[in-house]
Amino acid sequence: MTPEEEQQLKRARRGRNIALALVLVGLVVLFYAISIVKMLD
Amino acid sequence: MTGSTLPIESQVPAEWRDYFALTKPRVMSLVVFTGLCGLLAAPGHINPVLGFTAVLCIALGAGGAGALNQWWEADIDAQMKRTAKRPLPQGHLRRTDARDFGVALSVGSVAIMGLAVGLLAAAILALSIFYYAVVYTIWLKPRTPQNIVIGGGAGAFPPLIGWVAVTGDITLMPVLLFAVIFMWTPPHFWALALFVKTDYAKAGIPMMPVVAGEASTRRQILIYSIVLFVVSLLPWLIGGTGAIYGVAAVVLSGLFVAFSLPVAFRRAGEDDRMAPEKRLFGFSVLYLFALFTALVVDHYLLGQGALA
Repeated sequence: MTPEEEQQLKRARRGRNIALALVLVGLVVLFYAISIVKMLD
Repeated sequence: MTGSTLPIESQVPAEWRDYFALTKPRVMSLVVFTGLCGLLAAPGHINPVLGFTAVLCIALGAGGAGALNQWWEADIDAQMKRTAKRPLPQGHLRRTDARDFGVALSVGSVAIMGLAVGLLAAAILALSIFYYAVVYTIWLKPRTPQNIVIGGGAGAFPPLIGWVAVTGDITLMPVLLFAVIFMWTPPHFWALALFVKTDYAKAGIPMMPVVAGEASTRRQILIYSIVLFVVSLLPWLIGGTGAIYGVAAVVLSGLFVAFSLPVAFRRAGEDDRMAPEKRLFGFSVLYLFALFTALVVDHYLLGQGALA
């Protein structure tokens, strides 16, 4: 693997990790909101 | 799936954009919109958080079905100009990853819908994903030129799911909304198929223009647009909507028929630019947005929809 390819690999992996983190945070917020709404019912 | 025409998967790992592209974002925009309109036009009230969750689940489910569709059709997509740039034909990610991503989105969306919104909405969502990924993609599309007619059912589910998320039961009105998109799909898609015909023939997909010929397809586009005209008026005629929707349906569906007429009564020559077909396809997208907008505006301004 050339240095350029390694850079590209790291960039892609970092992007995916950030996207996954955002999805997980989003799910946490969503489940929290759903739980509050259900408990208030 | 042997004899693959796909390129060897690259060493570079997939980017998040590749996964995003798997969900067919452009198709999803129409799905989200019609689902939201079904939810907003339904009689009754839903907590905004749960309403948001319902639309999110419809979107995730559609994305999962889209990913499963691209997983299954990667070989076909590679042979068609319109789809060759998709992430799987480009070798951006592994096929099994696309499959797993699709399954995860599908199962996750149905589970969240069931827990947060309701079991009936979740069941219909599951049915719609199964309908698109299995009945349409795997079973019908490669086998029959009626694939689009029957497969149109898959795209017709979102407003029904949105409506049921609010009311919790199925009545005539959401079924009519389903019927509108069901009748809209064949002329919408066949207009597209007329100007990308050569691609489908090459990939061995029995699209109507390839199998039944152009003349027959053009006739059928007109027939469906006339049926659509009648079906789109039904929500108004049964008293489920007010005059705003009624007038919008008459005008929009009338225009749809008007755009179909030149398509129906002409023959494409050599090097034809297919302008009437492209116009009809473009209008058909606008049509659906405008008709469902009218449905929601009607509901809020005239306060009808009591008969559901």
